[in-house]
Amino acid sequence: MRKTAIIWQIIGLLGALLFPWYMVQGGFFSFSWVGGIFSDPKNASAFAQGLFHQKWWLITSLLPLVGTALALLFIKNTKLLAKFLVMISIAGLVLIFAQGFIVSRTGARIFADLFVGGAGEAGQVGFGAGAFVVLFSQLFILTTGFSGLGKGRGDAFIVGLIGLIVSLVGVFVFFPVSHILIQAFEGPEGNLGLAEFFDNFTSSRIWGVRCLYEANSCGTAWNSLFLAIMTGAGTTLLGLAFALIATRTNFRAKRLLRVLTIIPIITPPFVIGLALILLFGRSGMVSEFLYDHFDVEKTRWLYGFWGIYIAQLLSFTPIAFLVLIGVVEGVSPSMEEASQTLNGDRWQTFRFVSFPLMRPGLANAFLLGFIESMADFGNPLVLGGNYSVLSTEIYFSIVGAVANSGKAATLAIVLLSMTLGAFLLQRMWLGKKSYATVTGKGDSGQHASLNPLLRGFCYATTIPWAIFTVIVYSMIVFGSFVKLWGYDHSFTFAHYIRAFSINFTDGIRFTGVAWDSYFTTLTISSIAAPLTTIVGLATAYLLVRQKFVGKQVFEFSTMLSFAIPGTVIGVSYILAFNVPPIELTGTSIILILVFVFRNMPVGVRGGIAAMSQLDKSLDEASITLGANSFTTVRKIIVPLMGPAILAALTYSFVRAITSVSAVIFLVSAKHNMATSFIIGRVENGEFGIAIAYSTVLIVTMLSVILLLQFIIGKRRLRRENRIQKHTKTKVAQA
Amino acid sequence: MKTGLKLGLAFSGMLVAFPAMFFAAPALSDELNMVCSNEQDWCDLMVANFEAKTGINVAMVRKSTGETLAQVRAESSNPKIDIWWGGTGDPHLVAAQEGLTQASGVDTSELQDWAVNLSNISEGKTIGIHLGVLGVAYNTEVLAEKGLNPPACWMDLTKAEYKGEIQVANPNSSGTAYTELATIVQVFGEDEGFKILKDIGENINQYTKSGSAPSKAAGRGETTISIGFQHDMIKLAIAGFPLAIVTPCEGTGYEVGGVSIIAGAKNFDSAKKWVEYVISAEAQNHGPEVNVFNVPSNKNATIPKEAPPIASLKLIDYDFATYGSSETRERLLARWDAEVGDLN
Repeated sequence: MRKTAIIWQIIGLLGALLFPWYMVQGGFFSFSWVGGIFSDPKNASAFAQGLFHQKWWLITSLLPLVGTALALLFIKNTKLLAKFLVMISIAGLVLIFAQGFIVSRTGARIFADLFVGGAGEAGQVGFGAGAFVVLFSQLFILTTGFSGLGKGRGDAFIVGLIGLIVSLVGVFVFFPVSHILIQAFEGPEGNLGLAEFFDNFTSSRIWGVRCLYEANSCGTAWNSLFLAIMTGAGTTLLGLAFALIATRTNFRAKRLLRVLTIIPIITPPFVIGLALILLFGRSGMVSEFLYDHFDVEKTRWLYGFWGIYIAQLLSFTPIAFLVLIGVVEGVSPSMEEASQTLNGDRWQTFRFVSFPLMRPGLANAFLLGFIESMADFGNPLVLGGNYSVLSTEIYFSIVGAVANSGKAATLAIVLLSMTLGAFLLQRMWLGKKSYATVTGKGDSGQHASLNPLLRGFCYATTIPWAIFTVIVYSMIVFGSFVKLWGYDHSFTFAHYIRAFSINFTDGIRFTGVAWDSYFTTLTISSIAAPLTTIVGLATAYLLVRQKFVGKQVFEFSTMLSFAIPGTVIGVSYILAFNVPPIELTGTSIILILVFVFRNMPVGVRGGIAAMSQLDKSLDEASITLGANSFTTVRKIIVPLMGPAILAALTYSFVRAITSVSAVIFLVSAKHNMATSFIIGRVENGEFGIAIAYSTVLIVTMLSVILLLQFIIGKRRLRRENRIQKHTKTKVAQA
Repeated sequence: MKTGLKLGLAFSGMLVAFPAMFFAAPALSDELNMVCSNEQDWCDLMVANFEAKTGINVAMVRKSTGETLAQVRAESSNPKIDIWWGGTGDPHLVAAQEGLTQASGVDTSELQDWAVNLSNISEGKTIGIHLGVLGVAYNTEVLAEKGLNPPACWMDLTKAEYKGEIQVANPNSSGTAYTELATIVQVFGEDEGFKILKDIGENINQYTKSGSAPSKAAGRGETTISIGFQHDMIKLAIAGFPLAIVTPCEGTGYEVGGVSIIAGAKNFDSAKKWVEYVISAEAQNHGPEVNVFNVPSNKNATIPKEAPPIASLKLIDYDFATYGSSETRERLLARWDAEVGDLN
């Protein structure tokens, strides 16, 4: 422990001495700060700021760093040292944040008397590299101290990981979200009170049940809940059917099917809605056809529940599939063989053996579908008609003609409590059973094939669905090559030329209007995706494999940012990160952060589902053989998590490209994203260029996904990846 | 312990390097950070022209008015935006009332009365840049197919033959629809106006969230008739959709687009130059190049021939001071909710 602490201590001291404490003009890697690390009041390190530039409070808040050094030098008793390290580093963290919050850009907010004089009144800007190095060193000294006290079985790696993730979630989820939720309790004069909240909360617009006995619409909460349950159930069912076909049948076009299941998540928002309108809207192709040939009246049935439902099924089934494929694959064939040996037929095997073992996957897939549906706002906006749901209500209470942030916050709380409910139900359903099926013991069996009825059912649901998806996407591609989608279908390349033209006259110049946002989007998503995956899977590892106090709360808190509609997240990020100490608005880092912490729950859910199948004895065997937990993670768990890693990477990459609602508030002139570009064009009625851009994005994402699949490959479970022949094996009589 | 350290180092390296890469305080000299709520092409063109003329480097992003207002509110303690150009005057007036914007002190003597009026109500915090007229559009093909008569007046929209054929936005979420509500109230008086709104409501197939959505739906034949701003309709018609545009015979309301400097803007001088530029006749004359057919606010600017002919239209004397105030707005919307909106 002492050694680890010493290293962190050295890192911390270096951070305080040799790195610029504040944000640097031109960015850290411009290294413009190097010359002025002591002398320039803008670029100086913390100690230099304190000693030469009258920022004495920086010295005070860094004193704990000296304290740790002394403790490390003079305390010989390990237990005592650990206690000291914990106390001193907590003090250090508190002091650093306290000074950051107290001294704002315009001077001290409280205790103004203390900060009289030049530098104190001038204020300070946000944390820079130096501050972050010091903060991380303090955090890890703290966790090292904790492990020294015997917490987490004395495993510094585990405690460090818990500490890191808890603080990241705290800073980038709780801190911003609390900014906006508190507004639910704010009265008209800025006073805090429950009355305001309850007035909003119990409104009949949210909870009205008139739809039960009159032809009126119900409260938005019921609408959202009903839609979310239907979507969750529908996507899970479809996802399962796809996963079963992919793993338990000899269906020929499996690969094509896999691609088809991925395409919908790589579709930029609004495009699916628009395609559906052109097919089934009142003047849509299908409606016109039915009217012309069968005299079916053209109606607006699409606008309302059914429109949103179809669009959400299309959009979110892939998520269920991504979660389920790993799980369905992972169910141990030896269990299925055992069932058949005991004379169970294929239906019984599926019903009583395979299916129960898939429960973690099903539960997590349902939860994701439920939450996605609750928070989705693009589809209800385009197809909702008069069926109003919470997410759109929230959006328009923030950006509508009559903005009411209190109402938005209240609705967000309603939405969150429903998510919490679904989360708890999911936990109850899963119970405390073990779902481990990847055990490391010899199981070279074959997966049982599906019984004919079930197989028929799977084909009957997925094939029409696949055809439907193909039609919708061909329409989109078609739309990008015609003059005016839905009206004038003469062929043209004009949209692509406008968006993506390249000029070769003097060197290569990207002259198309879309290039800027295209490059920004790709850069930001490729940085965000691996980070999301690491954070998500590390969290899943902690949740499945480690025991610590407050685990349930921790688990739910990781879902928080996913469950809250993007609009709310976007505004809360501005509120929280627009002012020092953490000042990020207008940078690309805020976009990366919002993606990482908004999408990590998918990594977490997928990781949990996959990891609960891995038998704990694998870890234990590794630990018994002398490996520590880091080696165990690296050599045992990560290789077995291939599908989950792939799913998390794919999903987070794609989501970073296609998400809209949170991003709209966070994009800035220098860092504009593709979706905000597309939406601007759609708002302006320029559908051609919007769809051409979407098509290019779809192709880009598809190639990246296929590349990822190629690189990560399949995990090998030492099982034959063959499906049993359809003749029933008569093992019992043999 | 050793591996704990290794991993810790790897993690911290990653976590420190990435943020550090992007920490950049905004540069300050001769820059302008703008949010543009106009059409993207118009934004791009004006930025290019302005940069060429002044040498000031403009960083611009396009956001809708509602989103911009929400962002300006959230950022008010440390504004990152200098100037907000475009979009209907309503949210600009709200921002002025809330003290989120500041007076620019530019010379408005060349501007039309309605543009000066906007500046006066907001104490100079927002200046009128263009005029958009409220209108009714119908899809000529669908109308013919259904054998309906084209509407010409607000009162026509109450006819039973249009049942389920009209689309308009919800005034709670859309400024366009609020302008329509306020217009009808001003033309017919409040009680009579609400009766008409209720009768029109019988024919409405959907109250959309966004103000420009109904006209897009009309263009594709998803609804037959839409209510909205005429410049949106003109754009769709020019793009090729079969839309015919009507200015109601009883008179119609309008909106005045605004430009405002954000309170606490870091580049006030550049922002002021921008305001002066966009209200000049020279700048406003470029509109038709990118299909912008608003009525420009500078008296010396040429009015594009595609723009609504305001000289011959019956425009009401829209009372922005009254109907832009939050009291009136809240009262009218509450009444709308109770008498019109709840029926759906």
